[in-house]
Amino acid sequence: MHKRMWKVVAAAGALAVLALPASAGTLDQVKAKGYVQCGVSQGVIGYSAPNDKGEWAGFDIDFCRALAAAIFNDPSKAKFTPLSTKDRFTALQSGEIDILTRNTTWTLDRDTKLGFNFVGTTYYDGQGFMVKKSMKINSALELSGASVCTQTGTTTELNLADYFRNNKMKYEVVAFATADETIKAYESGRCDVFTTDASQLYAQRLKFANPDDHMVLPEIISKEPLGPVVRQGDDQWFDIAKWTFFAMLNAEELGINSKNVEEMKKSSSPEIKRVLGIEGNLGEGLGLTNDWVVRIVSKVGNYAEIYDRNLGAGSKLKIERGVNRLWNKGGIQYAPPIR
Amino acid sequence: MSDMTETRLPAASPPRGSLLTDPRTRSILIQGTVLVLVCVALWFFISNGRANLAARNIQTGFGFLDQQAGFDISQTLIDYNDNASYGRVFLIGLLNTLLVSGLGVIFATIIGFGVGIARLSQNWLVSKLAEVYVEVIRNLPLLFQILFWYLGVLAAMPAARQSLSFFGLAYFNNRGAVLARPVFGEGSGIVALALLAGIVLAWIVGRWAHRRQMQTGQPFPTIKTALALIFGLPLAAFIATGFPVSLEWPVLRGFNFAGGIRVIPEFVALLIALSTYTGGFIAEIVRAGIQSVNRGQSEAAGSLGLRPGATLRFVVVPQALRVIIPPLTSQYLNLIKNSSLAVAIGYPDFFALFAGTTLNQTGQAIEIIAMTMAVYLVISLITSGLMNLYNRRMALVER
Repeated sequence: MHKRMWKVVAAAGALAVLALPASAGTLDQVKAKGYVQCGVSQGVIGYSAPNDKGEWAGFDIDFCRALAAAIFNDPSKAKFTPLSTKDRFTALQSGEIDILTRNTTWTLDRDTKLGFNFVGTTYYDGQGFMVKKSMKINSALELSGASVCTQTGTTTELNLADYFRNNKMKYEVVAFATADETIKAYESGRCDVFTTDASQLYAQRLKFANPDDHMVLPEIISKEPLGPVVRQGDDQWFDIAKWTFFAMLNAEELGINSKNVEEMKKSSSPEIKRVLGIEGNLGEGLGLTNDWVVRIVSKVGNYAEIYDRNLGAGSKLKIERGVNRLWNKGGIQYAPPIR
Repeated sequence: MSDMTETRLPAASPPRGSLLTDPRTRSILIQGTVLVLVCVALWFFISNGRANLAARNIQTGFGFLDQQAGFDISQTLIDYNDNASYGRVFLIGLLNTLLVSGLGVIFATIIGFGVGIARLSQNWLVSKLAEVYVEVIRNLPLLFQILFWYLGVLAAMPAARQSLSFFGLAYFNNRGAVLARPVFGEGSGIVALALLAGIVLAWIVGRWAHRRQMQTGQPFPTIKTALALIFGLPLAAFIATGFPVSLEWPVLRGFNFAGGIRVIPEFVALLIALSTYTGGFIAEIVRAGIQSVNRGQSEAAGSLGLRPGATLRFVVVPQALRVIIPPLTSQYLNLIKNSSLAVAIGYPDFFALFAGTTLNQTGQAIEIIAMTMAVYLVISLITSGLMNLYNRRMALVER
């Protein structure tokens, strides 16, 4: 008898592994359950971390809220699943989350082999190194022989290997599963160097007992275009995510922000009228309502507002906009027009 | 024996009824149905999984094992560079897991037997100390203990430049330990051969002494002879060949020590935590095993004139082992599986490297999880198979 039981258990186990949910219609699923489920980091200040009130806040969080605003006209209809770098892709593949907004680097390998689509580059980043000031090191090229702490399953880990190999330097890697373990190891002296995306270095530095004892080296050793990720094979959902991002950029470009959006509705400019859904029915073509941009901008804000609130001058991080400025202001953020 | 005396009755024809009331047909029917159902379910799961993977354009298959891994690993027992393949990563992870669990099993056994016997000591202090050890270790979570050793003890060691030195032979710091590496020069092959010869001779002597004792009852100092052979022969060869082994001294250069053998603190912390934790459980198993041997056995041995040491070795322990080995096997299996907690402190064990990093870099979850399950299953089955063999040898043999 128990042999038969065992077979049943084995079959149930196989079910758990293989029975992935059907892939079509993420928007319908989201509407049916009443919220968007976003995969976020386990706590990177500026991107996704609980704020003083214990609510999720950050750049990636705001993207998710903008999506919720576009669909439900209510930014609070977003739920967040904190994921380690190690678990993030499986969570998206298995349908546990609807979209991954977790400062994830866009690479060809991930775009093709994992069955994903990258929505766009919401933040242009690059990998950097942090060391203790007391080590009196001024360049990453002086790091030969050092121990380096990093997180497993990241592009960081691969760039690190490439960089040291290219420069014919030796090093010891110590790779941890979560960001907190990595930082703790660096702080306790297990490693000389902590490496990850430069914006995260600034964010994590705030967690140290004495942030001023640490410095970020000038070298940026890689391109890290960070952006949200969706599953391949659902073009409607992919379009909604993509255009939510473009809407925020276009709003900034046209000078529409959360404070003046009601005023702007009265604008005579045909472009603004189109974007805000006064004319045409572009939003419905997307599977949303025509006032979708109004919803995003009034409830969450345009790109500049989100950047400033989470990463820029209005935040603790105070990271310069740099290459993330709009294309017409010296940066490379550029969105296709809404028409 | 019974079938000799049994008179065979003519096969009673079963009462003819409907097919469903016939127990034989019924059981075949039920089992057949279940088998078909299970097969259909399996087929459904596999084809559903394949269809879904294909629908999502997720790459499948085992081709990734030949792809370049491109990341580095802090502890590699075999050659590895960042051009190596994921297949190589698989091997390295496996070896790292085997290393920490193999050494863990050995140390846990030593600790367990020591503490278990100490708990039965007549000495109040010794037995109480052993009791405190067992109660503290067994009642704290293993993950906590691993983090305690890693962050509480090893991270508190001095920095590399202030390393604690052991006569320059070994240095200890918060990056682990660096030991002098023996460099084998010309003639060291002879020393290795001598060591091998010593082991073989010791084994032969042991067999001979055992047989002689069984026949004549004469004891032989087997252990002393074996030690003399195993250490004496290589030493003699070492001197005769003119000291062919030299040492490579570790030197502080830049951030870290260069030369010598590196022992990473992640490994040390995991090994200590696994051995002491499992040792606590083994201690209780050993105590229970020894206490299960009837007091009359040692009294009888005493009255035959055996000394306490001999009583323990020849009378008590062989009988206790029969009780000890089966639960000991599960402790070994626990230790092997618990070694996957390495992921918490960044020790590159099989689970962390393969089901962690490799899974994440390639995204092939189903293949990798299946392989990981198979690997732990095989390691565990081999371990329990070996322990069952040993158990059969130790089982009570009636003569």
